[in-house]
Amino acid sequence: MKDKNLKIVDIIFKPHLVKYEVLDKTVARSNEDILKEIIDSGLRGRGGAGFPTGLKWKFAAEQKAKKKIVICNADEGEPGTFKDREILTKVPRKVLGGMAVCAKIIGAKRGFIYLRGEYKYLLPFLNEELEDFNKHLKEIGLDFKIDIFLGSGAYVCGEESALFNSMEGKRGEPRNKPPYPTVAGLDNMPTVINNVETLVYALMICSIGSKEFKALGTSDSRGSKVFSISGDTPIPGIYELELGMSVYDFVEEFGDGDTKAVQIGGASGFCVPRKKFKETIIGFEGIPTGGSMMIFNSTRSMYNVLHNYLDFFEEESCGQCTPCRIGYQQLKKGVEAVKHGEKNEEYLQQLMKLTETMKLTSKCGLGQSVANSFSSIVNNYREEMVY
Amino acid sequence: MANINLIIDDFKVTVEEGTSILQAAEKVNVKIPTLCYHEDLCVAGNCRVCVVEVEGMRTLPASCAIPAEEGMVVKTNTPKVRRARKDIVSLLVSEHNTQCTTCYRSTNCELQNLSAEYNIDNETYMSVLKPDIVIDRSSWAIEKDDSKCIRCQRCVRTCAELQHVNAIDVVHKGKDMIISTFVDAPMNDVVCVNCGQCINHCPTGALTERRYFDDVWDAIGDDEKHVIINTAPSVRVGLGEMLGFPVGTRVTGKMVTALRKIGFDSVLDTDFTADLTIIEEGTELLTRLKKALVDKKKVALPMMTSCSPGWVKFIEHMYPDHLDHLSTCKSPQQMFGSLAKTYYAEKKGIDPKNIVCVAGMPCAAKKYEANRPEMRDSGFQDIDAGLTTREIGHMIKQAGINFLDLEESDFDSLMGESTGAGVIFGATGGVMEAALRTAYEIVTGREVPFENLRIMPVRGDEGIKEATIKIEGCLPEWSFLEGVELKVAVAHGLINARTIMDQVVKGESPYHFIEIMACPGGCIGGGGQPIPTNAEIRKKRTEAIYAEDEGKVLRKSHENPEIKQIYKEFLKEPLGHKSHELLHTKYRKRFRY
Ligand SMILES: Cc1cc2nc3c(=O)[nH]c(=O)nc-3n(C[C@H](O)[C@H](O)[C@H](O)COP(=O)(O)O)c2cc1C
Ligand code: SF4
Ligand code: SF4
Ligand code: SF4
Ligand code: SF4
Ligand code: FES
Repeated sequence: MKDKNLKIVDIIFKPHLVKYEVLDKTVARSNEDILKEIIDSGLRGRGGAGFPTGLKWKFAAEQKAKKKIVICNADEGEPGTFKDREILTKVPRKVLGGMAVCAKIIGAKRGFIYLRGEYKYLLPFLNEELEDFNKHLKEIGLDFKIDIFLGSGAYVCGEESALFNSMEGKRGEPRNKPPYPTVAGLDNMPTVINNVETLVYALMICSIGSKEFKALGTSDSRGSKVFSISGDTPIPGIYELELGMSVYDFVEEFGDGDTKAVQIGGASGFCVPRKKFKETIIGFEGIPTGGSMMIFNSTRSMYNVLHNYLDFFEEESCGQCTPCRIGYQQLKKGVEAVKHGEKNEEYLQQLMKLTETMKLTSKCGLGQSVANSFSSIVNNYREEMVY
Repeated sequence: MANINLIIDDFKVTVEEGTSILQAAEKVNVKIPTLCYHEDLCVAGNCRVCVVEVEGMRTLPASCAIPAEEGMVVKTNTPKVRRARKDIVSLLVSEHNTQCTTCYRSTNCELQNLSAEYNIDNETYMSVLKPDIVIDRSSWAIEKDDSKCIRCQRCVRTCAELQHVNAIDVVHKGKDMIISTFVDAPMNDVVCVNCGQCINHCPTGALTERRYFDDVWDAIGDDEKHVIINTAPSVRVGLGEMLGFPVGTRVTGKMVTALRKIGFDSVLDTDFTADLTIIEEGTELLTRLKKALVDKKKVALPMMTSCSPGWVKFIEHMYPDHLDHLSTCKSPQQMFGSLAKTYYAEKKGIDPKNIVCVAGMPCAAKKYEANRPEMRDSGFQDIDAGLTTREIGHMIKQAGINFLDLEESDFDSLMGESTGAGVIFGATGGVMEAALRTAYEIVTGREVPFENLRIMPVRGDEGIKEATIKIEGCLPEWSFLEGVELKVAVAHGLINARTIMDQVVKGESPYHFIEIMACPGGCIGGGGQPIPTNAEIRKKRTEAIYAEDEGKVLRKSHENPEIKQIYKEFLKEPLGHKSHELLHTKYRKRFRY
């Protein structure tokens, strides 16, 4: 690496020399001890919302219920994201290990991996791993069994409550909250649902210790994160990087020298224009991300970028709630009308207000998050929207 | 349960744990607009017009879907809330066919009301109404117009939660999300039982009954035709709601006058054939019991009522192997039709081909029933048109009749005489009560042992009711029933019918006789009754039905003089040859898909 402001880390993919070593050592520790370690580490969910993982586990552990569930969210539907696939392919045992540790702490006997439909080809491989793993759990006396559930292919099913519905054979629609998953998740049982990457970090924190993890990143964004880097870059791929870098440093490393903008967090994330690269931090205090980093160079039309996103959401909304279902149609139709001169530039203001309504009133993250990409693109590339 | 204290718009409120903000607000008279919420149904939280501001929350939560919490500070009418609500209604309107002038639900539409309240324009947003939407008019009973659908899913929840039919569901996602049937089949090709409950629970004009009043007007205008109408008991306790009277007003006399003014040649009473049903069905039950107890033959027990055509289609689809449990009696409407074009025609000396027999019903399924191929025993289509209470209300308005000040009058004769027993058919438990009043007396020679003939155990709005009546002191010919504990059950709403039927299928049903009505509350809550509907409204209509019963001199079907007359002059005996020909029917096996 030419720039020391950007640090490559090797926690997730680092191979383990002894099979199940970390898991065996961890389950030998007391629940309180492990939970404290994870809470201390400051680990926050890597699936997008960034909820403190230790707290989530603690809430679930405190629930008085006979049956509890652990779910690994491997739906990975955000365009431009492919890091969970990489993790599952390279270090599946760490994912399973993370689930087992969670199960031990909250007292769950059943676990599921909700695998994105498109990753079906991974099934034979993962099932083989699972068989071995389930056997190992028996040997070490942990009463926990994991199965794989193949997703239906809808993006919204990555949202946790839609995911439960989908597993229950219902339509993949997000539910009202509360109740939250840790109180009533799959089949109304207390459920911990975590992203693939979150589970691996949780396990690895038990191995390297919260101190070492905390030494990385910033006070709001501890540790490192796996990024899926795509777009106009000579070196696309999966990278594990320390959190807290500036977009400037990121672009220095990954850009093609002509970078115009970086879309952080996929279609539901933020667009950072060149003039703001230096001041923008990648992390929860700046721009959080589920891992997608899309780099655009000066040949790209930001109108097209935005139009693609709106196209995507207009299709992928579950359609149940008004602001999201109709809002996306209006946004798309609206930007088209402005572009084609059927509405004047001021109409963009109206659309901006609409994104505010969608953010405030939509039922789930899919409708709530449009304001991010819409306003960051429209505000920064207004001329491209109009001319 | 614990109590929760919160503040809504500066009012202090104390509610039980689990109460939503919406319900809590109601307690302090703060009205929050709603669209997808309906108190009969589980909470969906999808329309989002009920959003409110809660101190400390980043977003505006849907008040129908959020439980009140201790110490919450809620504001329901801030600029932020108003802006968001108006925006949401605007969005719904932008996806909508806004032709209110040509809409059957105009002036009784929740979207229209909100749109007017918030003064929505059609400039803020461009129309995203799907082009090429075709209205589904395939069904005899239900009309479905997706261009007026706001996707609130009230119909879907109704069909699933109240009726357990699941004929309609959400299909596709995103901008293409719509309410449809299995493989988008037309409504007449699916498992829909035509109960019309989805119509009563729809906030807009997307689901309506198929209207026949223009055909009826044409017949009335045709001098060759002798147009008669029979009106079901529930119409007289519901109709007033459409014409300026408070819920629960009995408007029997005014209704009769209005129908006569409209131009019906004879205004008659379905209660007459309700009384007749009791004689036929009661006899059928006693015959089955005799076969079982004396002849030790295998007969299908429990016997189940068959006067609710939605229920009949339900059992045909869902339990096609158990149709022998249904009484073979036609519904009162269909008995009326076949008698109108035989007995009535004969007595009046009118050529039956010139008789147009209209039924005024609280029901959507009866439109479909009238068109069943089985229902032509008079040699003609027995019932030419079924109208809902709502259509009758429209006709009265169309005729320019001042209903509020109308004088009262009595039903015509023949087939216009009825008893209180026929009247209570309109409420859940009514058929059972009427049957018991007669059957008990036939068997013992004494009145049912309930004060003032009120058989309370079968009344009320509980989904499934049961009663046991010990038969003692039988007349000699019924001695085989001596000491028998007659077990009966009453269910309304098809979800409850399912519970009853699942017992029957398992061979675990403890009952002899079961009354089932497809609609919640029975016919007073029927799919053709005025909109809105809810538990409170159904209760008031029910009270009106029982008041109508107690106001009658005759309250037992077998005492109806016109019933005595028809057996003497025409039918001869219950379950006799003529009865079988005209009053009883067969059922058919249907399948789910
Ligand atoms: C529309 C939508 C799609 C989502 N898709 C995913 C996904 O594919 N994978 C994922 O881990 N989380 C996804 N999430 C976030 C989940 O709801 C949930 O917050 C996450 O799985 C929790 O795990 P974490 O705490 O480990 O991040 C999605 C959320 C929304 C609103
Ligand atoms: S915000 Fe969109 S995806 Fe989420 S519940 Fe509403 S319609 Fe469905
Ligand atoms: S459904 Fe309501 S808003 Fe729509 S056209 Fe009919 S009356 Fe108007
Ligand atoms: S009429 Fe009844 S059965 Fe048919 S769709 Fe409506 S609610 Fe369901
Ligand atoms: S048909 Fe009526 S009840 Fe059903 S979703 Fe549409 S508007 Fe709602
Ligand atoms: S009434 Fe609350 S979301 Fe529709």
